[in-house]
Order: sequence, then structure tokens, then C-alpha cells
Amino acid sequence: MVKPGLTLLLTGLLLACSAMPQQSETVYQQVGGLSGIYTITDRFISRIEQEPRILKFFKGSDVARFRTHFAQHLCVETGGPCEYQGESMQVVHQGMNISESDFNLTVELLINAMQDAGVPYTTRNKILAELAPMRASMLYR
Amino acid sequence: MAQAYTIPETASRKSAGYALIWLLLFCGFNACAGTGKIIATAGLLQIEGSGGGGVVPWATLTGYDSRSQTSATAYATRLSVDDFRLNSFGAALSFYDRVEISLARLNLDVKPLNTNIAQTVAGAKIRLYGDVVYSAWPQVSAGIQYKHLQDSHIASSLGVLHTSGTDWYLAATRVHLGMVAGYNLVWNATIRYTDANQLGLLGFGNQQGHNRKLVGEGSAAVLLSDHLAIGIEYRQRPDNLAIGESAIRDVFVTYIPSKLFNITMAWVDLGSVAGLDDQQGIYLSLGGQLW
Repeated sequence: MVKPGLTLLLTGLLLACSAMPQQSETVYQQVGGLSGIYTITDRFISRIEQEPRILKFFKGSDVARFRTHFAQHLCVETGGPCEYQGESMQVVHQGMNISESDFNLTVELLINAMQDAGVPYTTRNKILAELAPMRASMLYR
Repeated sequence: MAQAYTIPETASRKSAGYALIWLLLFCGFNACAGTGKIIATAGLLQIEGSGGGGVVPWATLTGYDSRSQTSATAYATRLSVDDFRLNSFGAALSFYDRVEISLARLNLDVKPLNTNIAQTVAGAKIRLYGDVVYSAWPQVSAGIQYKHLQDSHIASSLGVLHTSGTDWYLAATRVHLGMVAGYNLVWNATIRYTDANQLGLLGFGNQQGHNRKLVGEGSAAVLLSDHLAIGIEYRQRPDNLAIGESAIRDVFVTYIPSKLFNITMAWVDLGSVAGLDDQQGIYLSLGGQLW
């Protein structure tokens, strides 16, 4: 009796795969290009503003500069036609001593921001997959 | 934004008191409760009380704690098949996403014999390497489950010598973000060194004594949303008593409305149990994080 369940699951997976968007469409296009990137960025900033544990890392920093660089970075990581003009992740986070829980909380804020911006679940996952390898260069610096 | 920086005075005096107590008990200087993982990546508590899937222990430590946090989780599970009903409940503590300790109680109703078997399982697990989401290789953990059988009459009648036993396991778990058409894929592989008959409910080893073997276990799941996972599990078991003990297979659906609560339903095939063939039924589990 497990067999029908397994078959159902595999059929579901196959259907999910056949329903996936054409590979030619980049994540950048899926979020609606540069305006989508800026919507996510702005929602992310307002989420940070509401979270004292993360906001403290921005004390004295230039929000407009962060906005530009974050959007550029997101644009590049999602396959958009941008150039990142900020400093490396290592340099940006030097001296902040960001803990694992600070980092994970920030990821949650970004997930919430993408939800606020109406980014679909599957697209959110792809964006997180692109950003995940950056973690090592941000923690405990 | 920088100008808006203030620390809000929200915590009441009472909750601050409680917070201080567990801070002193469990936490480091800058610690707080387990919030530090992406929802639905922390896993559940499996039927023997360890962090994992329904029947397989995973490399994940139970709860949403990260490097500077602790968490406590609890669960209750009922597995009803044709001739047996297994109730299991327990709790686990996880420290700094590094060490997990757990305690579980299993009660098996054997319907044909109108009798009951109880077992206690104390578990410990240590994360050896990695992070289930972020590291280059899968997260790897090693664990033990010390099992003690309270009611040994059925085990004795089968000639089993030991009523206590220890399972050792090594587990590897990985979450692949967005891998299946944008959906997150979770897989787990576990190797267990065990001589437990029917999870230990029928004792350990056989007439010759302990007779541990390596068995393989595995899980795979797809997260359909932030709150819903579907998956399958497989757990090989030793057949020390030569009564045709077979692998456990299940198909499960887990709903995770928040980090504080999860509910799992599964269709489970236990195969042959104590000589009674074709034992299939429903698994229902409620779990949650206390902090």
C-alpha cells in the first residue's frame, strides 16, 4: 500500500518539474527586473528598521549607500545586467562580529521582505540559494 | 534609519525574570532562545525521541537554535497498524546547535495478546560537521540511543537475553535550496549499528546474546511552501530473531504553521511485526518547540 503513495509523490514531483518555468528566464526576470530588485531592497530595509537586533549593525551607516549596493548585489546574484560597485563582503562586514543567529535572523528578514514584495516561494528559494554561499564571508569578522 | 535606533522597552518584569532564570541555566553571555534557522529546516522529533524525520534520526539537532542559542522541544506520536498501536512521547534539549539530549517513552499495545510493552530511550547526539543549509558538504552528526525495556515477558518468551541495548548512528543531512523546480529538497542518510528487535520493544539480540549489525536508513522530502513538507522514509532493521522483521517505509506530510508547532501524518508500512505480516497504518505526530 506504500506503492500508490510513492507513485503519487513521484508523479507530483514530475508534474512540478514539467510545470517549471523555462530555464531561459533568469531569477532577475522572475522578480520583475530592476524595479522588483528595488522593491525587495526597500522592503528589506524597512524590515531591518523594525528589528533592533539587526538595526544596531547599521548604526552610523549610510542607508542610501547600503540601498544602492544591496540592490546592485542582488541584481548581479540573480543574473541581472548590473555591476556591483561596493566593497567585498569580507570588508563590508569587518569588525561587526556578526553571529550565526544574527545572520539567520537577517535571512528571515530578507525572506519576509521578499514575501512583502510578492516574490513567489520558488523564486525566493532560488534567490536564497544564490546568496547562501556568502555566509562564510560575513560571519564573526 | 540610523537615527531611529532605540532598544524598545517591551519585556515585562515577570518575563524578564523568567528569561534571566533560563539564561543563567542554559545560555551564554549573549544568548537567546532558538530562532536561528529557516523555518522547516529544523526537522522533527523521530519516534525514539531524537531530532529527525518520523522514524529516522537525522544529522539535524532538534529545535531552531544556532551557535549561541538553546532550544527545548517535545512531541507525542501515535502509530496505529493492524495488530499494534505504538504511543511515543518525549522531549529533547539542544545546546548551541552542537549537542542534543533526548528522553522518550514508547508504549506498544499488542492487540492479539491484549498486552502492553513499555520502553525508555535516552539519546544523545553531537554535530560533527557542517550546517544543513550553508556548508559545502552535508551536515554530519553522530548519536547514540540507549534503550531499556520495562516489560520483557514477550522478549523473554522469544529467547532474547538482553533487555537493554545501545544503538549507534551516523547521519548526514542536507537542504538544497530551490533545487527541485525552485522547491527546497531535504535528504538524509543514516547508518545505524544496532541489535534492537522492533526498535527494542522485543529486546536486543537473540538467544546467542548481542548481535549488532549495520543497517541503513534514509529520508527525502520536498518543501512545498514555508509550511508544508512531503516526503518518504525508509528504515532497515536487523532480523535477529529470524521472524521476518522487515524494513519500515512511510510516506509523510508535515504541516509547520510556525516554529513553535508541527503536525505530521504518515502512511506507514511496518512489514512483518513479531510474525504478524503486512502491518500497515497511520502515523500521527504532534511536535513543538518550547523555547
